[in-house]
Formats: sequence, C-alpha cells, structure tokens
Amino acid sequence: MIGLGFVYLVAGSFFAACAILGAADRRWGNALFHALLAVSFFFGDRIGDVGNGVLVLALVAVATSGRMRRGEPVEPTSPQGPLLALALVIPAAALGGTLLFKQVPALVDPGQVTLVALAVGVLLALALCWLILRRTPVEGVRAGRRLLDEIGWAAVMPQLLASLGAVFALAGVGEVVGGLVGGAIPDGSVLGATIAYGLGMALFTVVMGNAFAAFPVMAAAVGIPLLVRHYGGDPAPVAAIGMLAGFCGTLLTPMAANFNIVPAALLELKDRYGVIRAQAATALPLLLFNILLLWWVIR
Amino acid sequence: MLVLSGVAVIALGFLLRFNPLLVIVVAALVTGLAAGLDPLAVLARFGHAFNETRYVTAIYMVLPVIGLLERSGLQARARSLVAGLKGLTVGRLLAGYLLFRQLSAALGLNAVAGHAQTVRPLVAPMAEAAAEGQGATDTERVRALAAATDNIGLFFGEDIFIAIGSILLMKGVLDGYGIHIEPFHLSVWAIPTAIAAFLIHGVRLWLLDRGLARARVRAGASR
Repeated sequence: MIGLGFVYLVAGSFFAACAILGAADRRWGNALFHALLAVSFFFGDRIGDVGNGVLVLALVAVATSGRMRRGEPVEPTSPQGPLLALALVIPAAALGGTLLFKQVPALVDPGQVTLVALAVGVLLALALCWLILRRTPVEGVRAGRRLLDEIGWAAVMPQLLASLGAVFALAGVGEVVGGLVGGAIPDGSVLGATIAYGLGMALFTVVMGNAFAAFPVMAAAVGIPLLVRHYGGDPAPVAAIGMLAGFCGTLLTPMAANFNIVPAALLELKDRYGVIRAQAATALPLLLFNILLLWWVIR
Repeated sequence: MLVLSGVAVIALGFLLRFNPLLVIVVAALVTGLAAGLDPLAVLARFGHAFNETRYVTAIYMVLPVIGLLERSGLQARARSLVAGLKGLTVGRLLAGYLLFRQLSAALGLNAVAGHAQTVRPLVAPMAEAAAEGQGATDTERVRALAAATDNIGLFFGEDIFIAIGSILLMKGVLDGYGIHIEPFHLSVWAIPTAIAAFLIHGVRLWLLDRGLARARVRAGASR
C-alpha cells in the first residue's frame, strides 16, 4: 500500500540530493544538516527512539554552530512557457489525488491521501517542467536547495515543537495549567467562566503552539465541568468555539512555527515575527468575537 | 508547578533571541527533569515524537518545483498578470484569496494552497505588484500580509469540514465525558466565526487599500 513510506522516500531523496549538492558547493554546514534530515526520512523507523533523539541533538548542534549559510541569490530568466499552468500542477494534483485516492483504499492509505497526492504532484510537475521547459530535475533540486537554505534551520522547528509538546504531555504540563485557570474563575459568573475558557484556550495555545494540545486541558478544567455541566451550555458550541478561540492563539505565537516562522523565512522577511505582526489585528478582535458568541449561546 | 519551568525556558529563550532549536531542546530537558524523568527517557520520548511527526517537514519536497518555476520567471509572470487586470487592488486580491482559502478548506482541501505551494510563488508577488501599482513602498509588509491571509483563511475555514483532525479530536474528547455529538453539529458552529474572520480581515484589507489611496493623494498634492 502506498502511504507515508512513499512520501518520506520522495522527501528524503530531496534532502539527500541537497546534501550532495551542498557538499559539492563546499557548503558543509548546510550539507550536514540536510544529510541528517535524509537519514531521518530514510532510516528513522530503524534507529530507535534514542537514536532519533541523538539525531535531533546533532541537528541542533549543526544549527547552533553558525556554519549554515543563507541561500545564494539567483537572477530569474525572462518568463517563458506556460509557467502559471505549471505552478497549478501541484495544487491540482493535491485536489484531484485527494478525491481520487479515497476511492482506492486498497492501493493508497486512506489516512494519507493528501500527502501522497502532493508527492505525486511534485513528481508530475518535475516531469512536465523537464518536457516543456527543458529544465532537468537536477536543476530543480539545485533551485530547491537554494530555497531550503533560505529557510535554514527553521525548517525543522515545527517538528521539534511538536516533539516538545509530547514531552509536555508526558510531564503533565496541561493538568497544571488547567488547574491554575480553573482556580482563577469567580463563582457564579457565566461571563467569567466563558472568558477564562476562551482566554485560557488562546493563551495555552500560545504556549504550546497548537490548539489541539490546549483543547483537552481546557475542556477538562473549565469547558465540561463549568460551562456544560454547571451552566447547562450546549456542548457542541462550547467545544467548537473553544477550539476556534485556540486558533486565534495560533495566529499570535512563534511556537506555531510552520504557520508563523517558516513563512517569514520563505518570503525572505527581515522581521522573523513579521507574519505574527500582520495577523495580530485580526486575531485579537476575532478572539473577542468568539468569547462573546460563546457567552451569548450559553447564558 | 515545577513542570512549568520548561514554559519559562521557552519564553525567556525566545525573548533573549537564543537559537530557537536550542531553546526547544533545553525546554524539553528541563520539563522532563522537573517531572522526575531521567534524561535518557526524555531523549527517547523526544526522538520518538520527532520521528512520528516527519510528515510536517515533508512539505519541503515541493521546493524543487517552486524553485525551478521561479528561475524560469514565474514571479514576473504572476506580476504581469496583475498588471493586466485593471482595478485589482492588493486588498481585493487578498480578500479574494481569503475567500478561496476558506471555501476550499471548508471542503477539506487544505493542501490545495499553502505558503510553499501558492503564497511564495503566486500570491505574494501578485500582492506586491498590485500594492506597488497603488504606490506602496513597504512591500515587506504586503508579503507578510499575504502569508497572514493564507493562515487566517485556512484556520477559519477548515473546521467547517466534518472530517478534519480538530473536529475528530473534539468528538473524541467529548466521547470521553460520555457526551456524544455528531461531527456535523461541531462543524456548524464553526460557521459564525468563519464569517466574522472574513469580515474582520476584509475590513483590514479595505483599510489598507484606502490608506494607500490617501497616501497617493497626499503625495500628488505635495508635488
């Protein structure tokens, strides 16, 4: 069955090729970083948990060594060929593949259709670029390597943060935060409990970088015992709007690196927090809206 | 309370601008030690989670295609497309993209767009070209706003789709309390916030257009 294994083979091959090209260009820090990523994608399932932990430490050591260099600028040629159509190949493949692969659960892992479709789209787009633009996949990897170097070590930050979340869960950070928030609510106030729940979702999401980690905690501390059981709120809006209050927190935190930090690097912004600054004026009024809406529904 | 020391490490580390990767690893170690775990167990847990979340990093496989198309002049082509459309302002362009992103995410099509797939190669250069046509000089802010618009559209569209991870997580958590709810009832409650998100962000984009127009009038008057 085609699943994550195929996706990791495609992504791992890209990282391995970046490592080889980086070494050829004597960009040793970048080459080592990409080689470690390739090892993770090819052999991650075979080197054990401690092995993976050591691999992470090696990645962090390379990232903090100061030996990773930015991508070198290149001048694009004047536009030729059906570039916009080719740019839509990957989105179209993601769309078509997601719908199509769901019909063949025996062939493609139903849980991974989107990632598989993306990987197929990448291979298809590279083949079409070769055919139509006469640009080889090796040129593609070279151009992709430059973009990856532009992102630099921030490329693995989302994955590291997700792993930190796992350690937080193991250590019981959520229960402690939930207890603190639960203890701060004035008795008998629906509005107070709603504010504590909505703000708690947003703040805990800011800390964890992920509303998914905040939801079970805040549901246990405030949402279920107070809003649903004590004040008789409908559990559907309590859950749904609470989660969306958490998403407002996601817009405000560098801990949600794949949404907020990686794009800043990818768009070559000088300000690492530029995307968060652009989001704050939407996120804060929307958080207020969510809290008021939930209060209106429960009261 | 002691387990919160890891959170303090994160906050301080980010504030003092240490390398974030180093801050994250130290925070994990501090949290684990505070919870009474031995360092090797923390390392193993961290390594295990890192291996299980590789799919987050797999998205970079699109970069060879994006890089190749950019070298062939994709961004210039996207800009000339904007120049050919009269009356297309940066605010209208991004509001249109916001609506597209919300609607496609509401249908469960999250990966159709994204920072690597669409924002960097298409949306950001188009927004920059439109803003420059309106006399904008701070294109860095326009690029940041393009990325912000993608995030907002995704976050406040996807929860309308009944099979998305967050809906399934909510259902699972509520099940644990003996509260059984159909995913549909959860996704319906995402609609008011989706509309509010479009209106709030839409007003900001409209104000951006208006601000650019006023700056231009002022510049014209002072000349």
